[in-house]
Amino acid sequence: MPREITYREALREGLDEELARDNNVIIIGEEVAEYNGAYKVTEGLWKKWGDKRIIDAPISEAGFIGMGIGASMLGIRPVMELMFFSFAYVAFDQMMNNAATCRYMSGGLINVPIVVRGPANGGTNVGATHSHTPENIFANMPGLKVVTPSDAHDAKGLIKSAIRDNDPVYFMESTVLYGVTGWVPSNDELEGGELLVPIGKAKVKREGTDITLIAHGRAVVTSLAAAEILAEKHNISAEVLDLRSIRPLDEEAIMASVRKTHRAICIEENKPFCGVGAQISSMIMEQAFDDLDAPVLRITSADAPAFYSPPIEKLQLPNPDEIVERVLSIC
Amino acid sequence: MIGKRDKKGKIRSLTGFLEGHFKLPFAAFQLRRDFLFVMASNTVNKKTPAFADAPINKSLSAADKIELLRKMVRIRRFEQTSLKHYHNGSIGGFLHLYIGQESVAVGTISLLGENDHVITAYRDHGHALSVGMSMDECMAELFGKATGCSKGKGGSMHYFAPDKNYWGGHGIVGGQAPLGAGLAFGVKYKGLEGCCLCYLGDGAINQGAFHESLNLASLWDLPVIYIIENNGYSMGTSQERSSAFPKQGLAARAEGYNMDWDKIEGVSIYEIRAGVQKAVERAHKQSRPSIIEILTYRHKGHSVADANAEKYRTKEEIQKYMNEHDPIEFWKSTLIEEGVITEDDYKKINKEAGAEADASAEFAIKSPYPDESEIFDHIYWEVDNNTEAGRTGRHFFHR
Repeated sequence: MPREITYREALREGLDEELARDNNVIIIGEEVAEYNGAYKVTEGLWKKWGDKRIIDAPISEAGFIGMGIGASMLGIRPVMELMFFSFAYVAFDQMMNNAATCRYMSGGLINVPIVVRGPANGGTNVGATHSHTPENIFANMPGLKVVTPSDAHDAKGLIKSAIRDNDPVYFMESTVLYGVTGWVPSNDELEGGELLVPIGKAKVKREGTDITLIAHGRAVVTSLAAAEILAEKHNISAEVLDLRSIRPLDEEAIMASVRKTHRAICIEENKPFCGVGAQISSMIMEQAFDDLDAPVLRITSADAPAFYSPPIEKLQLPNPDEIVERVLSIC
Repeated sequence: MIGKRDKKGKIRSLTGFLEGHFKLPFAAFQLRRDFLFVMASNTVNKKTPAFADAPINKSLSAADKIELLRKMVRIRRFEQTSLKHYHNGSIGGFLHLYIGQESVAVGTISLLGENDHVITAYRDHGHALSVGMSMDECMAELFGKATGCSKGKGGSMHYFAPDKNYWGGHGIVGGQAPLGAGLAFGVKYKGLEGCCLCYLGDGAINQGAFHESLNLASLWDLPVIYIIENNGYSMGTSQERSSAFPKQGLAARAEGYNMDWDKIEGVSIYEIRAGVQKAVERAHKQSRPSIIEILTYRHKGHSVADANAEKYRTKEEIQKYMNEHDPIEFWKSTLIEEGVITEDDYKKINKEAGAEADASAEFAIKSPYPDESEIFDHIYWEVDNNTEAGRTGRHFFHR
């Protein structure tokens, strides 16, 4: 029987394996050690690895993320947890200037091998300040990488690749996905003895022929649900492409799918203005215009701050019915 | 009585400086808070300076002392030459000159060993030359040439030399403070006896990132030394108009973080070395951070583009510092009095530094500009090194 674990456990396995592989890997963040992680991703790691490797930081994101950047210049590999990726905004100068541009401004003399990870999602009724989805904002900055795993398998395989990457990787998870179980092979089932998912490679999560649903993060789950409805009720075969990373972006996989299905919708929990879908639809228009049988559509969160009231916030996020409706409008 | 200022901040009464300068520590402490305002009224004491007898200074050979002088003179001549080429249009952007502050970088960096690191802000030419970067690579960087230390990608504010433990050159005020803590963290994590000197100006101490760094440094026993180069003005705003501070001075903010601190005058290399050595030892032996405030003065504006450099400060004030409190003149006089050099030796050092600066400008002028193809180099390590990760997915999105 295939081994199934939660997204949260998969992340923890990945972190644990990297801590074992390389002494320079450390974890720093608020409540990551003694408290076992605000969302329990790092549960048990402090007990296993101790104070030197798993470090509780004060509520001081600009301070400890900047500190991690400085330490990484000397070869330390800090994995820094943001309790919410929304808190990146108080560390913005460190994350946009120091992490992203030191390599360039030093003419390549420096690299910053850090990982900043944490949940970047809305939909949990915590109000606008805690519901930001900044993947487009950080992907806008050359020098940064943005990774968005949508299932347990990729969460483990991508966190391991992110830690080994020699560039800054911002790893955006989802609190809604932490408890979702999925297939994650054990290491002895794998050739090479470990699970590594390359950053920059998208994955077809469901094959289809009539339309491509291009998504990342939790929007992949929403898209898969919509594809199921489309197949069952409308006899439409939707292909679901999980980007897995925003930058680098698997352009080849996007174009290959669009050339096959001739229709595409970009789905994300991001805001619409300059969202990830804006970039991708522009690329499709430029590169696959003649292959298209319909305009490329975009489905995003409502263009408003996150609403607290639970039933209303739900309406702000993409949902399977909305996707079905938009698909039917062009299929 | 010490100097008093009228409502416009101009100095009205200026007596008693020397008593403050060389008397008992407590009295000096009281007086030094107004150091920047009163210092200009007095000529530098040419007699054997205080602090010369500190062990760290006693150990200096004549050659060491001359080398310290040479380093300061080289910084000054480098910058004077760069200013000339800024005015003739060869150098673009900003040019934040260090002239008047040379003793700070030279004195502090002279204390460092192989496991010690340096990081600073945008007024970085002095630190770069002090750690041993060449005038050629620094000047070429100002000219935006491919032979610059950052291959023309960083400019004046962004010099780097990791091979010399020199980590920039950072443009955002206070932004380097957490990086300094991180370098110290790295040294400690590796089990090395070392430290990081993290320089910042008096204007940077009001940035949140600095305060977060202080808290982390003290909380985690990081061997980092924050050097506040207090030149009295954060750009065009005087210290008293920008900072709430106790009478003891800006470094006293360390008290809030259970951290050691000191405040020293920056004219004399001896005083700088004696004062900062204590912090270096504290970092090396106890892995504890410090803040050292060093009182200094920039002769030029905030940057060359600072059109108001003589409006927020009086011409008289600037002239006094240039004439009477110049760290190079002070050190030169000290060495002449000690019989280490003669006036002619100094002239020779100055001439050689000038020739070296001119040669670096020639080097920069003759060097090629970077190739357009280099726009996309040095963004991702993985791409530069053509690794599998660097070849996977699209990394760049222009046309």
